[in-house]
Amino acid sequence: MDQLLQFVFSGLTVGAVYALVALGFTLIYNASDVINFAQGEFVMLGGMVTVFAYAAGVPLPLAALLAVAVAVATGLALHRFAIEPARGANAVTLIIITIGASILIRGIAQIVFDKQFHRFPSFSGEDPIAVLGASILPQSLWVLGGAAIIVALLWLFMEKTLLGKAVRATAANRLAARLVGIDTALVLALAFGVSGAIGALAGILVTPITLTSVTVGTLLALKGFAAAMLGGIGNPVGAVAGGLALGLLEALAAGFISSTYKDAVAFVVIIAVLFVLPQGLFGKRAVERV
Amino acid sequence: MLRVEGLRSAYGRIEAIKGVDLEVRAGEIVALIGANGAGKTTLLRAISGVQPITAGTILFEGERIETLPPHARVARGIAQVPEGRQVFGPLSVEDNLRLGAFRRGGEHAAEGLAQVYALFPVLAEKRRLPAAGLSGGQQQMLAIGRALMSRPRLLLLDEPSMGLAPLLVDQILEAVAALRARGLTVLLVEQNAAAALAIADRGYVLETGRVTHEGEARALLRDPRLREAYLGV
Repeated sequence: MDQLLQFVFSGLTVGAVYALVALGFTLIYNASDVINFAQGEFVMLGGMVTVFAYAAGVPLPLAALLAVAVAVATGLALHRFAIEPARGANAVTLIIITIGASILIRGIAQIVFDKQFHRFPSFSGEDPIAVLGASILPQSLWVLGGAAIIVALLWLFMEKTLLGKAVRATAANRLAARLVGIDTALVLALAFGVSGAIGALAGILVTPITLTSVTVGTLLALKGFAAAMLGGIGNPVGAVAGGLALGLLEALAAGFISSTYKDAVAFVVIIAVLFVLPQGLFGKRAVERV
Repeated sequence: MLRVEGLRSAYGRIEAIKGVDLEVRAGEIVALIGANGAGKTTLLRAISGVQPITAGTILFEGERIETLPPHARVARGIAQVPEGRQVFGPLSVEDNLRLGAFRRGGEHAAEGLAQVYALFPVLAEKRRLPAAGLSGGQQQMLAIGRALMSRPRLLLLDEPSMGLAPLLVDQILEAVAALRARGLTVLLVEQNAAAALAIADRGYVLETGRVTHEGEARALLRDPRLREAYLGV
């Protein structure tokens, strides 16, 4: 029982990160039908920029802020210089562009940073807190709380602001969005910027626990993608649920089966979803009257 | 108000509009009729800027707009009610309307909302419901209301009667005539030629991408060739 609870804690922590990556996928997918496989690189940039800025003597909060700024700038540049010029190309072409971009970003990061694993101190100390016989790291609470706040802010933006509604309108019907005067290219740029910020924050929150290096982005992108598919691609609630579920599955598989196969869980999930539940858990079931 | 000259537009290698000239004067209702695939929708989309053109000019109030992006044309006063209504299904009725005023920042939406609700009271009753749950006629009203929220001077209406019961068609077309009475200029695309010409001042007939007839609506209604081809008489 204690052991199970322990696995649940670590699963939810990792799952929260997958959820944030999946949310980034969802935002961009809804604005453009593009699966942005550079999403994992935003997480990597969040962690690595913070590490190196902190090592250079910048206070941790400022280093984190700088990392978010770098990731947002990277997201905007990715849109401006890689996606926007290819406007009108089909979705597969755009997806391949994002894969190319992720390789480029990783390559530049290897030159600017190094190939080692790094971390910076946890925000509130390293001493585990005992909960019902299991223990939880204070940083895990930061990850879970931070993810919850990000999700809540994103929800408020989408539901309560006119700009957020314009993003949802673009997702629902791009032609109609253009006809009412929404600049859909701007909406897409916004989606890339916000996805960059969300990815970077995920990387910053989790680095004290999982460590980071320039290569963490690839696997995170695949797992975030698996989470988004599990939840139903394009559905923000599904993205969060899918991320947490994937994290839990991974932790339970690692704990009860073998940690060797931990990373395989995400791929088993992708295959299972494709075969059994192509719409995902929260896939579009809405009936539209015609 | 609107003058289209030598307009051409293509989907890949297939040319959908092959050099169309068309004029809409301030305060008019102009009907654009023609069979399925004649290029009517393509022409309206080209005027709004969501369909690329290969040649020709579009003048709105004397200025060329064919290179402007769609949102800039909305800001100039051209709004379109697209074919098939195209409401934002998951968003509420009121959010759909507010987004219609997106270019104006949504700041002065309250007045516009009141006008749309006065025109279509049923929308006020359903303001909090998702647009996808409305009936076809209500969605059409919503699509028209959404377009009106941008305070257009020229309204492009694409097949507002499509898929609606005759009683609803009359109601929608009456609303269009009422809007014109308030000073709105309308370019109305319809397959239902008789209904469209009945409320229009002038009309154009489009066939496979070219204008084949144009003139006073009443004259077009009497034209024997058109009566046979489009009016089912």
